[in-house]
Amino acid sequence: MAQVLVLVGTKKGTFILRSDAARRDWALSGPFCATWPIQHAIGDPETGTIYAAGGDTWFGPAVWKSTDLGATWTHSSEGLAYAEGEEPIKAVWSLARGDGALYAGVEPAGLFKSTDGGSTWSHVAGLRAHPSRPEWNPGGGGLILHHIVPHPRDPAKLWVGISAAGVFYTADGGETWEPRNRGTRADYNPEDQRYPEFGQCVHSLALAPGGAERLYQQNHCGMYRSDDGGQQWTSIEAGLPSTFGFPSAAHPRDPETLFLLPLNGDILGRYMPDAKAAVWRTRDGGASWTALRRGLPQEHAYFGVLRQALATDRLEPSGVYFGTGGGTLFASADEGESWQPLAQHLPQISSVETLVIDA
Amino acid sequence: MHGTEIDVDRSDATSRAETTVTVVLPRALLAIFPDAPPELRVEARTVGEMIAELDARWPGMRDRLQDSTPAVRRHINVFVDGRRAKLETALKDGLKVYVLTAISGG
Repeated sequence: MAQVLVLVGTKKGTFILRSDAARRDWALSGPFCATWPIQHAIGDPETGTIYAAGGDTWFGPAVWKSTDLGATWTHSSEGLAYAEGEEPIKAVWSLARGDGALYAGVEPAGLFKSTDGGSTWSHVAGLRAHPSRPEWNPGGGGLILHHIVPHPRDPAKLWVGISAAGVFYTADGGETWEPRNRGTRADYNPEDQRYPEFGQCVHSLALAPGGAERLYQQNHCGMYRSDDGGQQWTSIEAGLPSTFGFPSAAHPRDPETLFLLPLNGDILGRYMPDAKAAVWRTRDGGASWTALRRGLPQEHAYFGVLRQALATDRLEPSGVYFGTGGGTLFASADEGESWQPLAQHLPQISSVETLVIDA
Repeated sequence: MHGTEIDVDRSDATSRAETTVTVVLPRALLAIFPDAPPELRVEARTVGEMIAELDARWPGMRDRLQDSTPAVRRHINVFVDGRRAKLETALKDGLKVYVLTAISGG
């Protein structure tokens, strides 16, 4: 019988919700990681190891690790540092597993890699050596590398999302990088500079399943799809209530299905459109969108959902989960058709991920 | 947020063969290094050496107390002789050194 864990990164530690495949009854545990601000917690389905990344105001950045489903934790930041004299790393913002390696994205933006399960880290220096780097500007959350997407087949290939430098891609294991932002807008630039080579404010990246190079991108300025690994992006925002939002989550099996949580707009308060909560789903690669509202609050919903706080699980039908800035975790066990709150009154939720293991 | 930073007696420190201080560690640090005691004696001529000695006993502790600049972390205060110290601040034999978490957070 499968065991389903929802890993929740919050401003005050990591929380874990656990259920069986029915996903009806849930048990909450936490806070873990010494109540550090945790930006992203992920699970490794092969080993059951849980990693949680963050940065504490007192003690700096680290990646926490639990090999017993959250019962005990260790932390490390060995090697997770820039050279002496450079601006030190404030926090780890994102984690991703890829081909035996663990990647960490940090603030100020850069990428690190661990090949020993998070005990030690080495800098993937090629990214910060990119000639555009002196011109990278921070977004509202800082100059952060917040999404890491390993290629589905080739371990030398990787995409990252940096706010607000845009999407960058490597095909040689991180030695050299190129911006991949063609077709995405920067509405905050002067009118004749709205499609620059870099400097776009990517909010999230999601790789569609199936092994091809289809990516979805929620941007500060629009919603996009690329079918060629980000070489060209096409707007798929028609039919959505807003061009603005943070997270996006791919379906575990269907590359045409994607889940989104549009907010009302970047200068309008950044909460649920019309203060009515909805997850938006496409079943046709973004050609059309459906609002999923059953069980979600339909009045006074003034919460936001951050960039890593929406996830699916790999069960059939897929579960969908999101966490709000107000500390509520909502879940659907039927691909978004109906929703229930799993936890309320948690700290501000930064990230939601799932881990399904065979018990 | 920071007090005055001073260097104490650097010339004196380099000439001294052995300097032992008592270090008082903050509770928040003990929470993530459960094997470390709240107070211990350490042989070190500077604050930097003191932190290195702590790191040798509890691997990883250096990263919690100093950043890669390198400098004592912005929200960590190391008090030597009642004043906020830097990594290069010299220590005197018999001193009590307080490592404190500054007021911050939300």
